[in-house]
Amino acid sequence: MSRATALSLRNLSKRFGNTEIIRGLNLEVSSGERVAIIGPNGAGKSTMFNLISGRFAPTSGEILLNGQRIDGRKPFEINRMGLSRSFQITNIFPKLSVFENLRCAVLWSLGHRYSFWTFLGNLKDANDLAQAWMQRIHLDSKSDVLAMNLTYAEQRALEIGITMAGGANVVLLDEPTAGMSNSETERFIELIKSVTEGKTLLTVEHDMGVVFGLADKIAVLVYGEIIAFDTPEKIRANPRVQEAYLGTLAEQGD
Amino acid sequence: MTVNRHASQPTAGAWVWLGFALVLLAAPWVFTSNLSLTMLSQMGIAIIACLSYNMLLGQGGMLSFGHAVYTGLGSYLTIHALNAVGLGQLSLPVSVLPIIGGLAGMGFAVLLGFVTTRKSGTAFSMITLGLAELVFAMSLMFSEFFGGEAGISGNRVVGQAVWGITFGPQRQVYYLIAIYTFICVGLLYAITQTPLGRMLNAVRDNPERVEFVGYNTQQVRYRAFIIAGFFAGIAGGLGALNFEIVTAEVVGPARSGAYLLFTFLGGATFFFGPILGGILMVLAFVLLSEITKAWLLYLGLVFLFMVVYAPGGLASLIMVNLRVIKHGKLRGLLPSYLGFALASLLMLAGAGVLVEMIYHQQLDAALGPDLPFAGMVLNTAEPMTWLVAGGLFFLGLWFFEQVRRRFAVRWTSVHTDITRSQAVSS
Repeated sequence: MSRATALSLRNLSKRFGNTEIIRGLNLEVSSGERVAIIGPNGAGKSTMFNLISGRFAPTSGEILLNGQRIDGRKPFEINRMGLSRSFQITNIFPKLSVFENLRCAVLWSLGHRYSFWTFLGNLKDANDLAQAWMQRIHLDSKSDVLAMNLTYAEQRALEIGITMAGGANVVLLDEPTAGMSNSETERFIELIKSVTEGKTLLTVEHDMGVVFGLADKIAVLVYGEIIAFDTPEKIRANPRVQEAYLGTLAEQGD
Repeated sequence: MTVNRHASQPTAGAWVWLGFALVLLAAPWVFTSNLSLTMLSQMGIAIIACLSYNMLLGQGGMLSFGHAVYTGLGSYLTIHALNAVGLGQLSLPVSVLPIIGGLAGMGFAVLLGFVTTRKSGTAFSMITLGLAELVFAMSLMFSEFFGGEAGISGNRVVGQAVWGITFGPQRQVYYLIAIYTFICVGLLYAITQTPLGRMLNAVRDNPERVEFVGYNTQQVRYRAFIIAGFFAGIAGGLGALNFEIVTAEVVGPARSGAYLLFTFLGGATFFFGPILGGILMVLAFVLLSEITKAWLLYLGLVFLFMVVYAPGGLASLIMVNLRVIKHGKLRGLLPSYLGFALASLLMLAGAGVLVEMIYHQQLDAALGPDLPFAGMVLNTAEPMTWLVAGGLFFLGLWFFEQVRRRFAVRWTSVHTDITRSQAVSS
């Protein structure tokens, strides 16, 4: 490996009561890699994302972001260190406009912190960046529309916009195309590809077409463990994966 | 569409602020009686208090049950400072003493808010309630500071008079309050247009997501709480100068409840809502309480009605109707509004007679069965009076429901029309 490791999970485990959801999970993601996490329902994909992004603290094990320990840290600390995530269930600011949503997403990264002595209207950097992101996610015609009044597909795009606008280098996308129609999904994949250019990307995805179209590498998560982590071609050919999970799904994706 | 659209627009805003300043300036020349001057002074104070409360409730989604702690402690610190000025221990002009109240409110918010704002939602509300009870209980324990039952009184005509202003006449106090009101409203509005102000809205809407864009929600809440405490303290300090006496009730739960109730009635979702709330608060406390002993009961009924039918308060009622007027659709709704007015009048008459008769029988039975009411004399011993009153109330209620059903249909169609016309034009 020539490239630096962006994210590594070492012997990670998470228990809820007596149930162990993540059991000794190991994964090394290089900088700039696009990794798709696949696995059957209940395998622990979302829990894994919640552990990495700081929503939950792991029961044991280590998580390193660019070589620094982040396990057990709060979400906002992890975000400030350069990791951002989106949610499977749309998680935006419903009563704020599209523009305000994106501006909220860039304020911290531009260093405006908790300022109550500067007017938002005068923050050229934040306004320009929010405007630029509005164009990138094709919502610039909806600038003043409240987020709750957007269509579902638009809300999903805004979700991605909020996730990316802060400039994080490591990005987790939790089922970004969930609930979208086929044609919407296709356009959306192009959007994701363009906005995550050059970033380290981890995505949970059920749609195998999306997985094989988007990912450099695929990690297969079954019962809280990564059973395989390789290029799409090798994963497709891996008998253990086929047996455990992929099976007929792989053919569907073709 | 350009970025400039999101920049502050000084021209349109400037007229609003100029108008506000003129209203504050001219009010005592329009309402000239002593009573109105007293009420205007109290309105200024209530406006600052309700706006500071709304920074928590409306802007930050923090339902505080203890805002009077910060206004009240601001009052106490100010009256003590005033007395210190009187004794020559402190040399400050009287006009800056409310800032001491503000610093006191801020100081206690730093202290108590650290505990309170660690939580949000229900837990936040519970803690504010607990702390409010705690401070109220302490006010009866430490009588040197709180003055026990008699409270602490002071004399605002102390120290060096600046430019001949002694603050003896109420009019001078009013103008001091008006200046503070103008500046505080301006600052509180300005804060809503800053990064902290916007992130506070974001914390209200979706605290979880805020954490994933780099902000510590606890810090956002805490800072807003401290700022709200500062302005609450200023309102309290102005109250101390206005009344020249501070009693334990200023930190009491009833006062906290009043801030909540009137901020809500005025409208928590718009910045100017609590301004209306503050005005209503003084009208109710001073005028309504003069008219009837049962004023709190009426207030409770109005509050219930608003929570059920107009949860956005007066401000949102105004704003949605302005939208209707702007699109020239008011005409179709006027019959419904007329119907509502008539139904409300019927209900009010019926309920009013019933309530007043019950109060009369409970409190003034010794004065005989006759009760003067709205120019009539009602016989509380006559069953017919009760029947008619009850009938009026239920007739009103039935009529209200009829009107409401028709109104709901019309309202929906008007708004579909407006939305459609907007979609076409954009």
